[in-house]
Amino acid sequence: MQWNSVGDFFAMGGYAFYVWGSFGACALAMLVESLLLRQQRRELLRSLKDQHEA
Amino acid sequence: MTRRTRFFTFAAPSRFYALARALSPWLWAAAALLALAGLYIGFFVAPTDAQQGDSYRIIFIHVPAAWMSMVVYLAMAGWAAIGWAFNARMASMLARALAPSGAIFTVIALATGSFWGKPAWGTWWVWDARLTSELILLFLYLGYLALVEAIDDPKRADQAGALVAIVGAVNVPIIYFSVKWWNTLHQGATISMTKSPSMAVTMLWGMLLMALAFWMYAIAVALARVRNIILERERHADWVRQAVEAS
Repeated sequence: MQWNSVGDFFAMGGYAFYVWGSFGACALAMLVESLLLRQQRRELLRSLKDQHEA
Repeated sequence: MTRRTRFFTFAAPSRFYALARALSPWLWAAAALLALAGLYIGFFVAPTDAQQGDSYRIIFIHVPAAWMSMVVYLAMAGWAAIGWAFNARMASMLARALAPSGAIFTVIALATGSFWGKPAWGTWWVWDARLTSELILLFLYLGYLALVEAIDDPKRADQAGALVAIVGAVNVPIIYFSVKWWNTLHQGATISMTKSPSMAVTMLWGMLLMALAFWMYAIAVALARVRNIILERERHADWVRQAVEAS
């Protein structure tokens, strides 16, 4: 392992902004995409239930 | 013959819905485990690069995202073509479900590339052949989505979308070979079929694991979206009523 401390790890050899910016943007995009799909499915199922009951 | 029958069985939206639902937890689990393994190797096993320092670690998401942006486009164009040629509804729905995910992978590839370009080249963006053709890929995805959303009749929307998707597919080899055909600032292919990899083995493993994780994520998220599309389009079918009541 090339990190001497936790701070060392987060500093990313001085490239913290670029490395964590990249990984953060990627994680955020994937999280938002999957959560939006889950929310969309719940709304769809709810509206279909209402439609069938009506 | 039996294989053929089995494959076409899933052309029925009701059966495909059930298949997608059954596969879903396994795909999410595989994506999470592969990503954990890939990130562990990427951050704790792979050494610091002699030239680029730790900024090179962006490669572990940049290259997989860029690969997926192209693979998803080809899959989308392929399903759209099958849907158009054989009037296969399920194939057209798959094409539509892939488009938003492909666009997101393209955005991730461009954004992470920007975050890498700044320390490596001193600029966030340059109108280089690789970057420009990848940006055109994003516009193709957005154009496809805008077109299919603008047409109300699903069948006509699928056909119009298929035409755009197929014509736009010519851009994918342009992206891939751009670093060869033009003198670009972007570096050449990371993995080549003809040469042994020039990067450290641990770096390569980290990148391949992340690429597999992205594959699993792409399939999981596209299946989740196609399930919503099926429910929406088949809302008056009997099986949807039963599935909704069971949920």
